[in-house]
Amino acid sequence: MANAKAVDFAKIKAEEGAPYAKPVQILDNDGNVVNKDLMANFTDDQLVDLMKKMVWERALHEQTMSFSQQGRLGFYAPTWGEEASEMGTVSAFKKQDFMFPAYRDLPQLIQHGATVAQMYLWSKGHIKGNLFDARALRPQIIIGAQMVEMAGAALGIKKNGEEDTVAFAYTGEGGSSQGDTYEGMNFAGAYQAPAVFIIQNNGWAISYPRDHQTHAQTIAQKGVAAGIPAVQVDGMDVLACYQVAKEAREFAAAGNGPVLIETLTYRFGAHSSAGDDPSRYRTEEEEKPWFDKDPLIRLRKYLTNKGLWSEDEEAKYADECKADFKEQMKEADAVEPEKVTDMLKRTFEVPTPDIKEEIKKYEAKESK
Amino acid sequence: MAKKTYIKAITEGIDIALAEDPKTLVFGEDVGKNGGVFRATNGLQDKYGEDRVFSTPLAESGILGMSIGLAVTGWRPVAEIQFSGFMFEALDSIVSQMSRMRFQYEGRRTAPITIRTPYGGGTHTAELHGDDFENFLIGVPGLRVVAPSSAYDAKGLIISAIESNDPVVFLENLRLYRSVKGEVPDDKYTVPLDKAKVVQEGTDVTIVAYGGEVSEAQKAADKLAKDNISAEIIDLRSLYPIDTDTIFESLKKTHRVVIVQEAQKMAGAGAQVASAISEGAIMYLDAPIMRVAAPNSVYPFPQGENVWLPGAADIEEAVREAVNY
Repeated sequence: MANAKAVDFAKIKAEEGAPYAKPVQILDNDGNVVNKDLMANFTDDQLVDLMKKMVWERALHEQTMSFSQQGRLGFYAPTWGEEASEMGTVSAFKKQDFMFPAYRDLPQLIQHGATVAQMYLWSKGHIKGNLFDARALRPQIIIGAQMVEMAGAALGIKKNGEEDTVAFAYTGEGGSSQGDTYEGMNFAGAYQAPAVFIIQNNGWAISYPRDHQTHAQTIAQKGVAAGIPAVQVDGMDVLACYQVAKEAREFAAAGNGPVLIETLTYRFGAHSSAGDDPSRYRTEEEEKPWFDKDPLIRLRKYLTNKGLWSEDEEAKYADECKADFKEQMKEADAVEPEKVTDMLKRTFEVPTPDIKEEIKKYEAKESK
Repeated sequence: MAKKTYIKAITEGIDIALAEDPKTLVFGEDVGKNGGVFRATNGLQDKYGEDRVFSTPLAESGILGMSIGLAVTGWRPVAEIQFSGFMFEALDSIVSQMSRMRFQYEGRRTAPITIRTPYGGGTHTAELHGDDFENFLIGVPGLRVVAPSSAYDAKGLIISAIESNDPVVFLENLRLYRSVKGEVPDDKYTVPLDKAKVVQEGTDVTIVAYGGEVSEAQKAADKLAKDNISAEIIDLRSLYPIDTDTIFESLKKTHRVVIVQEAQKMAGAGAQVASAISEGAIMYLDAPIMRVAAPNSVYPFPQGENVWLPGAADIEEAVREAVNY
């Protein structure tokens, strides 16, 4: 009996991610230029600026961890190892762009216009931590929600006729499993809205590894189902991250619809400052190759070879940053705790009768 | 004045909101060209264009998440969730996001979003199309929930909901869409989002109801009147907040109360009314608080619906019990 096959499922399965598994890279682990054409896009000043931003972010992480260990902060999600992915991408956006960060994206939110003191207040749990001037929403806790919201903001920007403006959102490879990530991409695609989706694939969703999160060979290919052009980028190469984000932004801002970027990065530290211990679920052998890819090493090597940067300069700059963070922490500490009465007052524009009663009760309680 | 159906009143209200504020957007599954599966947005796309009245992909979380993004870029979304049973797909957007917006940004960012959705039983429709899910929504801080029972209130409340700078869930009773007609002015008027309405004055008992149960209460009251039992009927209209002042004033006069809801008995608007009365008006009562509600079971298959749903006979029985206590 004949047994002709219509479909080669095994072949399709083996090759499904191939078109997307080509991460863009400009500098390799050792700081060698692997793409001269793209390298030529950067001026020396830009290269030093990106280096300084990464040093700033690492210093921010170190100082923030220290504050956290002293019990001076609330929830904090370490960003150690993700400096290229975070600083590279965010540097490509403009102030008019609407940012939708998640909880590990505080450094980008600061670059977009929030202050370090405001982010410390956010961590401590104070309303003033949300009242930044940046065109952005607060760091999202439900890490798919910002994807649908961002699609709506992108549509709003399009309907407003805002020129040279996009909306952009961050989540992780864990967040990419959320249904909302797909719904957001699908809505932005359906309405051809100026949206840039950035998925920072840092290998771990608390203790759950990337390869268990999805059987898809890349996270980038999740865009294709929504009709969204997608790309993988070496998330430890700040230049590649900047270049790809810049092109994605230009593509979306020009009215061509949304773009998805997957940055391949690594969470060097714990999930959060609240007791997560990576040694429970991953080994040093697995971590080692990623530490070799440290995003600061490769750009430092390249810049040092060119005489544009030095370890002394870096140490001095990191110290300056940390001194600033200490000042900003003082500023955050000086902010009076908020009254519950004030919290109650902003539940509704016009307080409901039961809230009015509670306001009276808490005014008395808090005037004692 | 022209008599109009409940659904026509809603369409007129949305029409007025679209005409008054160019930032108002109306969208949801099938609401554009098709005018909604019940035709609540009939003709609005032709009148206001595809930019302002449009259909969406089939994803409720996307619809309400998108509403938040549109709100923070200056728009005033009126989103339709095709059936209230589909709202749970979007519960994160409602509970974790939009209802907290004013609180989270001290009013610098707000969510002036109206969520319209049909709800309520008695139409023998498919599973999850006729349930009463309002019990889940009325405890969400930062969210208003209204449920009109008349065409007049439907128009006035939808306009108030759209004008509200806080999110409002606007519950449209499926059974009433075309079965209820009333006098509805052509021009704009509003009905407050937080006031109950005395539908009928009476002296012996207060019946508190909302949505599809108001007409059942009326039927019961008509029957009781023949036995010289005079019932006052209060339509809650707003399920959060609950207008306890109107209820308490009535109890000072009638001293008896029967609280009616179509939804399951557990932890809903009726329970909240009963709780408010026991805290603030128990001294006016001469009889225990009576409740008429559906049992705490899954919404029944259509064949059992008519028996399962609380109706005029159940209300009449409860009133007689209260009066004879």
